[in-house]
Amino acid sequence: MGSQLLLLAFERPALDWHALAPEIVLLSVGGLVTLIDIVFLERARPITAAVAGLGLLATAIPLLTLALDGSDRVMFGGAYVVDEFALVMKAIFILAGYVVILLSTNYVAEGEYWENEYYGLLLASLMGMVMMASSRDLVSLFVALELLSIPAYLMVAWRKRDIRSTEAGLKYYLMGVFASAVMLYGMSLLFGVSGSTLLTDINSVVTAGGASVSVVTLGIVFVVAGFGFKVSAAPFHTWAPDVYQGAPTPVTAFLSVASKAAGFVALLALVFVGFYGRPEVWEPLVWTLAAVSMTVGNLIALRQTNIVRMMAYSGVAQTGFMIAPLAVAGHSTALGDQALSATVTYLAIYAAMNLGAFAVIISLARRTGSAEMSSFAGAFRYAPAMTVAMTIFLGSLAGIPPLGGWFAKFEVFRVLTSSGDTWGYALAVVAAVNAVIALYYYASVLLRMWADEAPDEGVADVTLTPSLLSALVICGGVTLVFGVLPQVVARFTDVSLLALGG
Amino acid sequence: MYLNQFLLLSAALFATGVYGVLARRNGVLVLMSIELILNAVNINLVAFAAFGNQPAGEVFALFVIAVAAAEVGVGLAMVLLLYRNRKSIDLAQIDLMRG
Repeated sequence: MGSQLLLLAFERPALDWHALAPEIVLLSVGGLVTLIDIVFLERARPITAAVAGLGLLATAIPLLTLALDGSDRVMFGGAYVVDEFALVMKAIFILAGYVVILLSTNYVAEGEYWENEYYGLLLASLMGMVMMASSRDLVSLFVALELLSIPAYLMVAWRKRDIRSTEAGLKYYLMGVFASAVMLYGMSLLFGVSGSTLLTDINSVVTAGGASVSVVTLGIVFVVAGFGFKVSAAPFHTWAPDVYQGAPTPVTAFLSVASKAAGFVALLALVFVGFYGRPEVWEPLVWTLAAVSMTVGNLIALRQTNIVRMMAYSGVAQTGFMIAPLAVAGHSTALGDQALSATVTYLAIYAAMNLGAFAVIISLARRTGSAEMSSFAGAFRYAPAMTVAMTIFLGSLAGIPPLGGWFAKFEVFRVLTSSGDTWGYALAVVAAVNAVIALYYYASVLLRMWADEAPDEGVADVTLTPSLLSALVICGGVTLVFGVLPQVVARFTDVSLLALGG
Repeated sequence: MYLNQFLLLSAALFATGVYGVLARRNGVLVLMSIELILNAVNINLVAFAAFGNQPAGEVFALFVIAVAAAEVGVGLAMVLLLYRNRKSIDLAQIDLMRG
């Protein structure tokens, strides 16, 4: 009798297999990589990277069919949504993951590390990101966040016997877990106020206001701070330079692009679907994060001597630019849509140019074995093509036309200035000043590479492996195309979340 | 029984945990402090679920417990790795990288 009642009470949720196809393919590839490792042991080493890379390309196929189909798919009562925004972000994650595999191939193989586990963890982390793009519910956001973070902690500490790698891993782990614990406390408060974990339900309660204003504010602040850590926005950026420096460089590239984008996906979903009705709480918060990130990141980047640390602080400053449009997104739904598109555009272009810059750093460090800026001096003498590539990527990061980065910055400024209020203009001024500061340290790296004399020792030529070359070509091509033909990227990133937020 | 009693207990646990994370230098004690925060979250979730008659909170708490177990597994492995490399788990000594 009891079991009959239970059976009646349980209703199987409707599963849309097409919508879940990318996740299923990714999960199968991750399982396959692990199985190959168990069955073939050491003999599997040469093929693991290829299997993982091809698997990611296979994951892109259902993404394409979903994009061609074009309809929004909603599952689990609105907790898991596949819409344009989710598809664009999933495509960015998959492509960034593919480039990271290209960057890792030789680095991991030559370092006597455990290869199969490395790719398994990378795929698990990507799985978390792909899930994050579809999550519109506190529980699924939390599970996706942990699924992408926990493998990343392990990957940072990958060089087991290197004390720097261990320190970086432990630092990243402790600060990451602390941030997600604080974020969870905020989520529990939001659940308490709204009685639901769905972001749309939270939005309707948050919009109504009422007696629980202070609890709502506290919840929003804790949650935004938790994801502020993930995107390394100042003042939650202190982990980034140490972790970037200590981690294996391909992992650094992964963290600085994919992990940051995943944090942004969650922030965008929360702001536009969950908190949109209460801009007076999150707009000043985001404004402060943006202004502080840009200024602190750029000023500290100026005095770095290690290029990876410089990229870390430059990443903090870029985060400031990416988050800036959100500071005015609550003014009107039209402006909100523009702000969302500007941030997604910036994320797409940033992924290409930052991965490209790391591809050059990894390639040149293969010769010199060091990431100190002095070891890049005179690179033009022995690696002219690399120097040109680095010029493209750093120039794009600085926002010089006609490279991709200028269009990203242009969109940010357009949103900020069309807000029509003092705060928007003020942030635009802060951003403009910071763009000039950033130009200085990017240009000083390039100047050393072009003009300085190459040091005498270490005469070995740069050996560019096929996988690094493909990574450079992909990133360089995307950076140039997005800069010369900005309508291409605008066509893809013109997405809306507000219709769902309703 | 009032909801406030549970929320106050949870807030006290949260504050203790945050203090522990910021003030402790021993790696394992920091991990324990983080567990305190997570348990504060669980008390919050279960209390809200019970008083609001919303079982979603209890489900959320189960997810938090499961994920926290995975997290601590990774965390202890890292502390062990640190101990192997330097024969100490004093976090104040983690200072090879600066600037």
